[in-house]
Amino acid sequence: MTDRSATPAKYPLLRTAGIDGLLVSFGERLSEPANRAALAFRAALESEAWDGVEEISSSLVSAYLRFDPMAVSHADLEARLRALMGSRDWLQAELPHGRRLHRIPTAYGGTLAPQLAEAAQVAGMTEAEAVESLASARVRVTALGFAPGQPYLGELPEVWNIPRQQALTARVPRGALVLAIRQFVIFSVTAPTGWRHVGQTAAPLFRLGAERPFLLAPGDEVEFPRVSEEVLARMQDDPEGGASWEVLP
Amino acid sequence: MTGTLTRELIVHRAGPAVTVQDGGRPGWIAYGLSRGGAMDRMALAEGAALLGQRESAALEMGGMGGRFEAGCDLRIALTGAPMRASVDGAPVTWHACHALPKGAVLEIGPLQAGAYGYLSVGGGFAPEDILGAVSAHLTAGLGRSVAAGDRIPVGVDKGGAVARKLAVEDRFSGGELRVVESLQTRLFPEDQRARLCTTRFTRDARANRMGVKVVPEGEPFGVEGGLSVVSEIITPGDIQVTGDGAPFVLLAECQTTGGYPRLATVIPADLPRIAQAPAGAELRFRFVSMDEALAAEAAHREALKALPRRVEPLVRHPGDVPDLLSYKLVSGFSNGEHHDH
Repeated sequence: MTDRSATPAKYPLLRTAGIDGLLVSFGERLSEPANRAALAFRAALESEAWDGVEEISSSLVSAYLRFDPMAVSHADLEARLRALMGSRDWLQAELPHGRRLHRIPTAYGGTLAPQLAEAAQVAGMTEAEAVESLASARVRVTALGFAPGQPYLGELPEVWNIPRQQALTARVPRGALVLAIRQFVIFSVTAPTGWRHVGQTAAPLFRLGAERPFLLAPGDEVEFPRVSEEVLARMQDDPEGGASWEVLP
Repeated sequence: MTGTLTRELIVHRAGPAVTVQDGGRPGWIAYGLSRGGAMDRMALAEGAALLGQRESAALEMGGMGGRFEAGCDLRIALTGAPMRASVDGAPVTWHACHALPKGAVLEIGPLQAGAYGYLSVGGGFAPEDILGAVSAHLTAGLGRSVAAGDRIPVGVDKGGAVARKLAVEDRFSGGELRVVESLQTRLFPEDQRARLCTTRFTRDARANRMGVKVVPEGEPFGVEGGLSVVSEIITPGDIQVTGDGAPFVLLAECQTTGGYPRLATVIPADLPRIAQAPAGAELRFRFVSMDEALAAEAAHREALKALPRRVEPLVRHPGDVPDLLSYKLVSGFSNGEHHDH
């Protein structure tokens, strides 16, 4: 049976999710190694391609597998998963191949992203230093969720370990680049948020009819080079919103 | 069917929560898109059985139906939560299929029980395919609500019987929901886990396609010390406990991941029952083992497979007074099944 012990859990940890899901978790909280392990384990599951498995995914620190419990038994899949879990030290695993590096042009601060100054102040930097730091950071898509195609990206340098603001911002526009606790989120829809709005992007995260409807996939890396508001305004007319990508070696 | 050029259903009026729904779009949770699809998938299967076809997209009607006109000769099935319905003014039976000739007007009124009624058509509704399904997922911004003036395309009907019905067990008034342990069940103190099964819950008015709030009678639920849980995969049926201590049962359009702890997970076989529980309905939860849950799933799938064999001709029962009174007499005669009381 699945490990259900309440104290202290041993990782990797195998748990059931509903009657048709199994989850392999690599940590109690988000960390770079746990996220990397989840991405690597997910890639391993994809190459295993076991019969009866209907969906494979990853969250911040876990790999998830949905299956038809009438086609393959829990015991069978759990045994396979435990064997795979024990086959190596997943926290030392390399990131999967075929990931992409995206460059998403971003207008920082100004009227489009009114909370840059506040975020810089909380982080103890000038605005110019903040832009320099954020525009040169390379972050990884740790997971997508909340809304279709909406990424969580991390980790920013330690100096960006700033809390969420006390009050919610009533609405940030689509494409808002928001920041808290060493992570970025790009909003794929207009929404309220407790994260600070530091940049504005024009790249659509979700495009119906495109060959890849979602711009970003878990494990992809992203940079947010700085552009002026005028340049970003022109990019609003571009179907790619000025974004470009290359396959990582 | 006849060679009508355009097969469609014309919408003259639609309630505020009418959408096209099918089995949803599985396979996108890695991208933050939940499966969605019909809140009561049993109702889709019943519609398919009545029409003698494979499961296809239907109109899901939350709370209120609408006024529809057949843009061509159609066969329709009415399933899920029973609603008052008539064709050209003559009442028609729910949990049944009927002919809806071109030009006929189908009026579907408010709910009589449950939460979601379904209108299926021979050939199925066939609006634009989005990522492998036609169902609207409004939370994700896919598709839209059905509105007056819409002409919803209908697929080719290979034909079949009408005036048939299906006896349906009541799943429209709450009741018991079987649950299995979730990822985080053990984070909750033992007394709360025990209390989940002895507490009477009421389905709150706060409910939509994302989930249903259930209010416990007595003490609230929650994890001690505002424990922060790393955001983790959500599966439909998860009972999520937010700050106010009242659990939410997450349903078709739930988010794909979430950071609130989950007390337990309602098994798939009982999701139609929670989806169809109307506001104010009484609900109870019962923990079952994984083996029991899997046996329930096997039985549920058998029951779905057996639906076509359970379809029977639509005949009037003597005790069915409202039906009798509304029965259209042909040339002044009843069909011989009229009984005096």
